[in-house]
Amino acid sequence: MSAVLEREGAAQAEARSPGVWAAAWLRLKEDPVGLAALAVVLAFLTLILASAVGLTAADWQLEKGVPYAFPRFIGERENIEAQSMAGMSIDKSRKAIDISDVDPLAPRYREWAERTAKLSLIEPQRLETLFAGGDRWGRDVLAKAIKGSQVSIFVGVFAALVATLIGTVFGALSGYFGRWIGDGLEWIYNVFTAIPTILLIFAFAAVFGRGIGTVILILGLTGWTGTYRLVRAEYLKHVSREYVRAAHAIGASHASRIFVHILPNVSHVVLVQLSLLVVAFIKAEVILSFLGLGVPIEMVSWGTMLGEAQNELIIGKWWQLAAATVFMAIFVTAFSLLTDALRDALDPRLR
Amino acid sequence: MAAYLVRRLWQMIPTLAGVVLLIFFLFKFFGGDPAEILAGQISDKQQIESIRQQLGLDQPWWVQLWIFVKQILTFDFGQSWMTKEKVSALFATRLPATLTVMIPILLLDVFLAVPLAMLVAYVRGSLTDRAIVAVCVLAMSVSFLVYIIFGQYVFGFLLGWFPVQGWSDHFATNLLKYAPLPVILAVFVGLAPQTRLYRTFFLDEINHDYVRTARAKGLDERVVMFKHVLRNAMIPVLTNVSVQLPSIFVGSFLIEVFFSIPGLGREVLLAVNRSDYPVIQAVTIYLAVLTMLINLGADLLYRLVDPRVVLR
Repeated sequence: MSAVLEREGAAQAEARSPGVWAAAWLRLKEDPVGLAALAVVLAFLTLILASAVGLTAADWQLEKGVPYAFPRFIGERENIEAQSMAGMSIDKSRKAIDISDVDPLAPRYREWAERTAKLSLIEPQRLETLFAGGDRWGRDVLAKAIKGSQVSIFVGVFAALVATLIGTVFGALSGYFGRWIGDGLEWIYNVFTAIPTILLIFAFAAVFGRGIGTVILILGLTGWTGTYRLVRAEYLKHVSREYVRAAHAIGASHASRIFVHILPNVSHVVLVQLSLLVVAFIKAEVILSFLGLGVPIEMVSWGTMLGEAQNELIIGKWWQLAAATVFMAIFVTAFSLLTDALRDALDPRLR
Repeated sequence: MAAYLVRRLWQMIPTLAGVVLLIFFLFKFFGGDPAEILAGQISDKQQIESIRQQLGLDQPWWVQLWIFVKQILTFDFGQSWMTKEKVSALFATRLPATLTVMIPILLLDVFLAVPLAMLVAYVRGSLTDRAIVAVCVLAMSVSFLVYIIFGQYVFGFLLGWFPVQGWSDHFATNLLKYAPLPVILAVFVGLAPQTRLYRTFFLDEINHDYVRTARAKGLDERVVMFKHVLRNAMIPVLTNVSVQLPSIFVGSFLIEVFFSIPGLGREVLLAVNRSDYPVIQAVTIYLAVLTMLINLGADLLYRLVDPRVVLR
């Protein structure tokens, strides 16, 4: 047995043709648009990694500026909203009506006042302008956009991973075994595609509630059908090929044939599907979060930023809308272009 | 033909059964006890008890499933938990608003995207082609939400060309006064992806031999494009439209939310936010049935459009 292996190794060393991935990388390197898109996507991934470990935008919840602080490039202007809010908190000159004889809490006011006096409140110096402007509470919009990118991209990528995993495993089993397993999985596929996607998402959202994990689960559970279809077609094609029959002849198990022998040969389909799903799911997350079915209130995503921006725009505060839109547009464009480049690189026949 | 129809309808039964099982078990096992959900919103104990009886919650699951199936077959999902409106009445009152907005969107989308795609495909490889494709990619990367927020603000609020939002009881008022802005925005958003997709359909056809033959025998370019290429490219276009068709019933939920249009999409979203299970279940199941019927209709339509298609 070891002799056979050695001889195989020697044969491999002799005729080294580049593998699928190496060849794809070579083709991708010649595509300037693809490389530029890759650079942008990698820059975004570095940014959100830095944000995830707390290097950037860790203080996005800090109210650094005055409410609706103007962006720095516009400069200081009259800020009616900030003034009116400041007025509310400072105006203590008005006397309250004495209701201590009917107020059940009256005896404890003195105690509370003493305890309050012991605490020292730090009123931070609020800036009049912030680099990209401030939101309703004076939080830095740039930091919010970075943190929002982290959440939105994280959800998109992981939901796409879940959907691709389900679609690939189901598709592989269905295409490989066929017969009753194939029929059963085809039935499940038909059921999931019979319901309009958006209704399926709503039905899942109604029972599972809200939260980041939930959004990933919902998108993953409802979005696997396209991948399933393609992977199944590939497996149907590959299962009767000679290399798979050869693997059977040397005693490779079903699992080995499905995942070790065939899977690498269809992985380019899976990868392209995965990146298509990332874009689709980022857009879906933005809409779900906007509708209040997505990420919880204490977190920020591009969707929640757009939700806040809707009301801000009416009073002329456009920067949060602009920040979320620009971040999302750059990432989604770069990722879409990268997907196209990947597809070209992985499947040269399409050219 | 008749045999085909019967077989297709027969094949729908297992799928439909699957849809019913999926929805039933989804709400049964993950939806929680309806009585508990309602307890937060309805304080009347008797009312909760009557809901439990109506749903048969004190009985084993197969009995509950049977009650569920009976509800579906008799078109009687009872009342909405929150609004007390009959669920069947919900469809009748909400669907017209949705269709008033969605049908113009669908028609305009097709009638604008097809000529544009044909034009872009005709000048393929040129600067115009690449510029339009690039604009399409960029336009598609901006969220739908941004277009609506911005469009509503500029055309409704700043310029005042259209009402910011609203709806009336008269079809003509709705169509001419309240629908235009949502329709224009949705068509504008839909145009980029549609054009990009249809462009590939036209490119596929332009590269075929018959086009070269038509040109070789000296046909006018207009005849080649409009008579030969267009007719053949309409087949995948038709497929695409028929795939989108079911979504027109709830597809406009975002638009309905933004423009306060009392349509089915907004109603479903409200139901999700209120945990109003009967509404969600009914809409999901009936729209699944409708989707299957529309798909069947589309397959029959192919036969009319493309004689090469054999129905089996």
